[in-house]
Amino acid sequence: MKITNSIIEKHGLKADEYSKIKELIKKEPNLLELGIFSAMWNEHCSYKSSRIHLKSLPTKGKQVIQGPGENAGVIDIGDDDAIIFKIESHNHPSYIEPYQGAATGVGGILRDVFTMGARPIALLNSIHFGSPDHPKTKALLSGVVSGIGGYGNCIGIPTVAGETKFDSTYNENILVNAMAVGHANKNKIFYSKAKGLNKSVVYVGSKTGRDGIHGASMASAEFDENSEDKRPTVQVGDPFTEKLLMEACLELMKDKSIISIQDMGAAGLTSASVEMASKGELGIELYLDKVPCREVGMTPYEMMLSESQERMLIIIEDKKEKEAKKIFEKWDLDFAVIGKTTDTNNLTLKFENEIIGEIPIDALASKAPLYDRKWTRKKLPKKEINIKDLKKIKLEDALLKILSSPNQSNKSWITEQFDQMVMTDTAQRSGADAAIIRIHNKKKAIAVTVDSSANYCKAHPLTGGKQIVCESWRNLISLGAKPIAITNCLNFGNPENPKVMGEFAECLMGIKEACEFLDFPVVSGNVSFYNGTNKKNIDPTPVIGGVGLLQITENKINHLLKKEGNIIMQIGKTFGHLYQSIFFKEIYSITEGPPPEVNLSNEKNNGEVVLKLINNKLVASAHDVSSGGLIIACAEMCMTSGYGLKIEKPQKLSNLMEHCFGEDQGRYLLEIDPINIPNVLKILSANNIFNESIATVQKDYFEMSSEFKISINDLYKTNNKWYNNY
Amino acid sequence: MNSSIIVFPGSNCDRDIAVALKKFQFKNTMVWHKDVTLPKSDLIIVPGGFSYGDYLRSGAIAAKSNILNEVIKKANDGCLVLGICNGFQILTETGLLKGVLLRNKNLKFLGKDVYVKAVNINNKFCNKYKQDQVLRFNIAHNEGNYFTNSDHLKELEDKNLIPFKYCDKKGNINEENNPNGSLNNIAGIFNDKKNILGMMPHPERMVDQTISGDDGINLFTSLLN
Repeated sequence: MKITNSIIEKHGLKADEYSKIKELIKKEPNLLELGIFSAMWNEHCSYKSSRIHLKSLPTKGKQVIQGPGENAGVIDIGDDDAIIFKIESHNHPSYIEPYQGAATGVGGILRDVFTMGARPIALLNSIHFGSPDHPKTKALLSGVVSGIGGYGNCIGIPTVAGETKFDSTYNENILVNAMAVGHANKNKIFYSKAKGLNKSVVYVGSKTGRDGIHGASMASAEFDENSEDKRPTVQVGDPFTEKLLMEACLELMKDKSIISIQDMGAAGLTSASVEMASKGELGIELYLDKVPCREVGMTPYEMMLSESQERMLIIIEDKKEKEAKKIFEKWDLDFAVIGKTTDTNNLTLKFENEIIGEIPIDALASKAPLYDRKWTRKKLPKKEINIKDLKKIKLEDALLKILSSPNQSNKSWITEQFDQMVMTDTAQRSGADAAIIRIHNKKKAIAVTVDSSANYCKAHPLTGGKQIVCESWRNLISLGAKPIAITNCLNFGNPENPKVMGEFAECLMGIKEACEFLDFPVVSGNVSFYNGTNKKNIDPTPVIGGVGLLQITENKINHLLKKEGNIIMQIGKTFGHLYQSIFFKEIYSITEGPPPEVNLSNEKNNGEVVLKLINNKLVASAHDVSSGGLIIACAEMCMTSGYGLKIEKPQKLSNLMEHCFGEDQGRYLLEIDPINIPNVLKILSANNIFNESIATVQKDYFEMSSEFKISINDLYKTNNKWYNNY
Repeated sequence: MNSSIIVFPGSNCDRDIAVALKKFQFKNTMVWHKDVTLPKSDLIIVPGGFSYGDYLRSGAIAAKSNILNEVIKKANDGCLVLGICNGFQILTETGLLKGVLLRNKNLKFLGKDVYVKAVNINNKFCNKYKQDQVLRFNIAHNEGNYFTNSDHLKELEDKNLIPFKYCDKKGNINEENNPNGSLNNIAGIFNDKKNILGMMPHPERMVDQTISGDDGINLFTSLLN
């Protein structure tokens, strides 16, 4: 078959990229080889537009065992325990086919974690949908949520935390990011780097079918009016088989038979084999007749490009095949030797005893295109609104309107579709600043959270990037956990557009700056470009997944108020920054202006001291002040606990709205027993921490004198009606 | 007390229940679904999960597995059998327990804490609870909506074969506090001889105050009584 321009274009390759292919392999590729290049050189697999920028992220630290570049990141939490985690996007497939797209997103990220030898212990998700009024939103929301639940519930890993947001920017390109966290012995971690010549390459798991062919290429292009036609590129998940695969792999890993292991995710068999060979600086030879197939008559092209789920590639020690095979047979899974490692440094594909494709590994990996794309800086927007000019609204009305809005509503309609308790180590479920998972049979626990702030990132990417890292850090601290490391999922529009590329570059600068300052390194991540339809790009939406450590699970706290008469103390200063706030957006539809300023040294200082107070058992409950400001944070503490608060009217700020709804950063609310106040004040003043008492815990009512008095029951009802009525 | 947990490839609450049994000093054995004999057991547990994936009706394939034949024999000989969640579904599929578990009334998976009332405590599984004690348990299922014919329902009520009913925090049993649509708010049932208990809530998830609560403890200590 002659390779025509139209075939090249259908494979998502540009003319200059095709010339480069010919130059690298010194011949015209055949269709199979072209398909393989297309799978490896697309944005999703090659990171060709992002690699240059990603290099700047801080990825090392005392507790980092493995940073980005492997299936997932690995951190050391002491006593030979390691935590392995990563977040990944499945945006494009989920928009085309919400249930399967979301389900396989969960399946894929779980494989990344158990491939490395970890038993997964928690799942998280960050999902962004279009405006609730958009005709597609309801079906997408319902499909994605049941897909996430369908996979996690069946395989038996608790889905413990997440965030759900609605904004018209995602009308035609939703975001579905899934994060998995696993636990392993730090001396028994498995990597993907191939080692040794003539070692058997083993295929295990499900059979290969015709689903998901070109999935990664599909995810590397914008949508248009024909996106529906791309449904066959979406993979179909089978969580039951994944459970078998997970148990079989973990059983095999108890022994020393695995040299290296890699899951077949995006770009399937192609990407798995190339990655293993590339990291090991070896060649790899595959006998495609041996690949277990679901249907007869599948072509090598289909086998190499299928993204059928629940499959792994293993390079195995000599003479260990028999024992390994027994384990996979026990779990009723396919086990086939399909190739060997070679010294040719080529990917060699054989079918019916003939070489049908041969490509140097480096042409697919290290020599893949790398672009330093043009990008533009974004200036800090001006503050051009005088709040006194806006139509007056009563504080109570604004509060209730925000609490009943889709983005601030109680999310139990979603979280109740997830099994949060299976494995019975979930010490804090969703609905708090973060979730807590006890390490099985140990005293310690980890805290996990996912966060994003697309509107801040859009307004000023540099500040937005910093803010989400800080938000993640605060959420972990609010439960009494010491923040350790993050993973990131970078969801952006078309990188060929300099404005989008600028958003990417500057968000990363912000993330880098905050991570460095807070000693909160990035250990894994994923980039998702081309989120948009017909040239309309989504707002920049980097999502941060944070992990922290609690030495003793019992020392955890949360944001539920505990006792009448306790004092709420606010840490950090309120300036009343309303630009980019929920208040401006929900009440006045104002979306311009700069995001709140991020002061990293305040963040660090405030956070470290709050953690110290919690560790010294001086804090009854704690909550991070984030979107919606002080008043929403207070309301959340009430609604989850059933206690009320009497909030003092501020003396200083001239405008009550600024005081209540301002989204100034670096703030926490701490519930303190009056007998502990002197001790707390001593520690705060010794560390120069700005603080003020703002409220007292009382029964039944949420109130501010002469402004409002609302029963907690009514507050709860207001916050819980949106999803059930949608 | 000797216990056995039946492990299907898709079981996912097998470890949790084993942890709970160990905590209360049961001598437990995990029994793989391909095994054909059961070790000597005073108690057999069919745990929660997705047995063989449950792509067919939940529990339908598991009910036909080799090991379930053994469980049926032992159950008919009077051995104590506890089926939790998917285990309950499997027991109804074998016919050891009558009735069926339909999809939840809202047609969605439900994972949350609920209150149940211990309405019958004169049996091997509940004797450590107080009559009408309100307990907080966790449920996590897609098909927990218990249904049976009216004669059987009457028999269940008349013969005190219902140990747990869904209720509110104060113990009121009404439709508002029926999470999945079960007839008469049924959360669990016995067979005639009360040696077989099937229940949708997970008692094994409530044995540790640090994690979630401890209202499940008395179910295990009752068995030891």
